[in-house]
Amino acid sequence: MSGIYVVLQERDGRVSRASWEAIAAGQLLGGQLNQPVTAVVLGAATEALAAEAAAKAIAKVVRVEHPLLAQYTADGFTSALAQLIQNQTPSAVVLPHTYQVRDYAPALAARLGQVLISDVVAIGDGPTFTRQLLQGRLTGNYRHTGNGPSFISVQAGAFRADAVQAGAAEIYPFTPTLDAAQIRTQPGEPFRGAAQTVDLGSAQLIVAVGRGIKDADNLPLVQDLATALGAELAASRPICDNGWLPMERQVGSSGQTVSPKLYLAVGISGAIQHLVGMKGSQCIVAINKDPDAPIFEVADYGIAGDLFEVLPALTEALKAAGL
Amino acid sequence: MKIIVAIKQVPERDAQVRIDAAGKGIDESGLQWALNESDAYALEEALQQKEKNGGEVIVLTAGPERVGPTIREALAKGADRAIHIDCDDLASRDALGVARLLAAAIKQESPDLILTGLQSEDLGLGQTGVIVAELLGLPHATLILQVEKTDSGLKVKRELEEGWFQSVELPTPAVLTIQSGGNKLRYATLMGIKKAKTKDVRRVTAAELAVDSTPVVLLERIALPRKQKTTQMLPGTAKEAAAALVEKLKFEARVL
Repeated sequence: MSGIYVVLQERDGRVSRASWEAIAAGQLLGGQLNQPVTAVVLGAATEALAAEAAAKAIAKVVRVEHPLLAQYTADGFTSALAQLIQNQTPSAVVLPHTYQVRDYAPALAARLGQVLISDVVAIGDGPTFTRQLLQGRLTGNYRHTGNGPSFISVQAGAFRADAVQAGAAEIYPFTPTLDAAQIRTQPGEPFRGAAQTVDLGSAQLIVAVGRGIKDADNLPLVQDLATALGAELAASRPICDNGWLPMERQVGSSGQTVSPKLYLAVGISGAIQHLVGMKGSQCIVAINKDPDAPIFEVADYGIAGDLFEVLPALTEALKAAGL
Repeated sequence: MKIIVAIKQVPERDAQVRIDAAGKGIDESGLQWALNESDAYALEEALQQKEKNGGEVIVLTAGPERVGPTIREALAKGADRAIHIDCDDLASRDALGVARLLAAAIKQESPDLILTGLQSEDLGLGQTGVIVAELLGLPHATLILQVEKTDSGLKVKRELEEGWFQSVELPTPAVLTIQSGGNKLRYATLMGIKKAKTKDVRRVTAAELAVDSTPVVLLERIALPRKQKTTQMLPGTAKEAAAALVEKLKFEARVL
């Protein structure tokens, strides 16, 4: 059992950014274990993806190709990768923690008697793998003790895609045995939800509201602040789940990714699903009653207080400052 | 349809959590507990399916004695009966170990559909449903917002990233992990709470299910997260803090 296998995911015909980050994590692990890194691409036609991966400083690229892998299905990907892993016996398999990976990697690991260590944010000596617990309020260090390969999925943004150097790797084919009867799910084409009329991605100032607002009737407090600032209004998922604001105003892994000059988070605890959508903001302000809320870990300025007192005061202060 | 909903009791969202003396878990003394949010949506979906298509809704959970009230809450909302896997060592089992317990209990019932939330709010592994499907040899779909029964099985709406969705068709029996927000959650009615008291809760011990509990992944240590940034906390009354913040944003961060 040797070698670090990194499974890449395609996005718009290219290797996704999250996949390069997974390679960076794989290289870190490979450096620690003194083992080479192999990139794995899957699909019905993988030539372009394989060539893109092969231009990096990795040991090799494996093209797992089969007509039944044209479209992602958990059944197809799990079976193809299980065959590859059994055939080539890597010591670790690293994947980007995407929705697609979440859909099949737990089954893949289980099929081989292992357990995926999901959503890893750091790799330490041992190796130990750090992931968040209780929505980011605590972190846990995990170790793989099984006698098969370890499986790790890495959180978006936790490892640096630009750490992957250019190089030239050999490309090898691998043809799994797949049968159409094995593929039990029939996926349809992806579609957008309601027409997007709000482009939070280009907003310079954003006021985002979370569960701390307690009731839809309290939203005018946040709206007033946004108006005083000339900011767009955004929200964390629970607000949109409750139908208090439309889904298109949602920031986070299932909503929009934003990087404004100012992101003012009101009553948002800072679960990772939200943080991945906004941590690239230039200046982050958090207002939350819980001084231990994880949102304060990424904030530049914080007010630990009752938002029902702080919001009106802040709106007033902005007006008084002539903004 | 006979539907099993696997639910988990987790620390209440606003509960103050403390790391226990061993540094491997959280101190449970005085902790308040609640039904995991996406599991509440899974239960809601199951109840709506029953209302539309008839059948039975069974809630399934693993945990110690303290999960009792969470089971009663699910029964009060409308589940017909419950299975409680009595298990004091849940934290020492990994995701596969827990899924083995659930799968063993599910197998005895031969349901048409198994629902669970997409991830727990405490460990956040997001794997239980998918592993259960693998162990039972059933098809699955994750991050599901809508479920529609068809002649040949199910048609579901699956959430993708960044505001995209996808329809997936799959045969039953199947396992679905439910994303929050697809339905509006119901509250238990007074009548529901009353009825829940007489509903059947079958207890089975982890030992009786006789599954492998040896973990292959260990949680070695838990800790407080390291700060990624130095946060300037602005003290004082709401008015003082607000005034200080405007100054900082204008003259220090220069974002206004």
